[in-house]
Amino acid sequence: MRENRLEGKCAVVTGSSRGIGRAIAFTLATEGARIVVNYARSSELAAEVVESIHQIGGQAIAVQADVADEEQSKLLIKKALEQYGKLDILVNNAGITRDKLMLRMSMDDWDEVIRTNLRGAFCCSHAALPHFFKQRGGIIVNITSVIGKVGGAGQANYSAAKAGLIGLTKSLAREMGGRNIRVNGVAPGYIGTDMTDALPQEYRDTIRKQIPLARFGSPKDVANLVAFLCSDDSAYIQGEVIAVDGGLAM
Amino acid sequence: MTTTERVRKILIDKLDISEEQVVPNATITGDLKADSLDKMDIMMGLQEEFDINIPDNDVDQINTVQQIVDYIDTRLNA
Repeated sequence: MRENRLEGKCAVVTGSSRGIGRAIAFTLATEGARIVVNYARSSELAAEVVESIHQIGGQAIAVQADVADEEQSKLLIKKALEQYGKLDILVNNAGITRDKLMLRMSMDDWDEVIRTNLRGAFCCSHAALPHFFKQRGGIIVNITSVIGKVGGAGQANYSAAKAGLIGLTKSLAREMGGRNIRVNGVAPGYIGTDMTDALPQEYRDTIRKQIPLARFGSPKDVANLVAFLCSDDSAYIQGEVIAVDGGLAM
Repeated sequence: MTTTERVRKILIDKLDISEEQVVPNATITGDLKADSLDKMDIMMGLQEEFDINIPDNDVDQINTVQQIVDYIDTRLNA
């Protein structure tokens, strides 16, 4: 473990069985936080994340929940409270893509992405806020995307959801700041994950040429910023959406 | 403790005010200077203390200390 900036804290990281969420869960754990690894379907991958945290002497449990289901999101938060007796940090990371050109995008493609990526963050925040409110403190970090800021061809649903998440971040930051609840966002650019591996090679090469740092980022690049936003080192940062995109959307 | 005593305790605790300020006709958002978040906080405290759910429409109708006490008594006796 390195500096224990998050010692004694309890964090729920949604969608953390893989990709960026996995790196966030692990990084928060290395800084001392006790973790709830949430997953939708990949129970084996979630168990791996829990195991990797145990191996570095950290604490973690895996909890399956559909984040966009009101009851399940409530249960997710409840399980965190039951397990650790408290909740300090919520990272709304769970997200999916259903990329298609608008002309071919079905209503289901639209609804599913908005549901998981935007409604999911609302549901989990809604479930966690009463506890944060009562303890007069808490941290929410929403993982949005560079695509929510600049749009993306073939990603009308994803960009709308991520732009919505930026609005949610700023509104909550205004509403809850008076109760010492900090709400911020992180906007990753192109990060090497299953999600970007699925993009055609040609498209990835084109993108890479547009990135000033000339490479895709790593999940750890994003996780490091999330850890900072969850710590007291960012105590006066509120309603901010910070890009981790190698300069792509300056 | 009576309903009034329990309500007064919540108000004093949540708003960090003195006992003398919590008179029956004091308005929560006016006399006691609660902002909208304070009022939510008070409602959540009341819900927990009395184990009831207070719908948003009802929240809007409650403005004074006495109105809170009357509302709680009505709900508890319903």
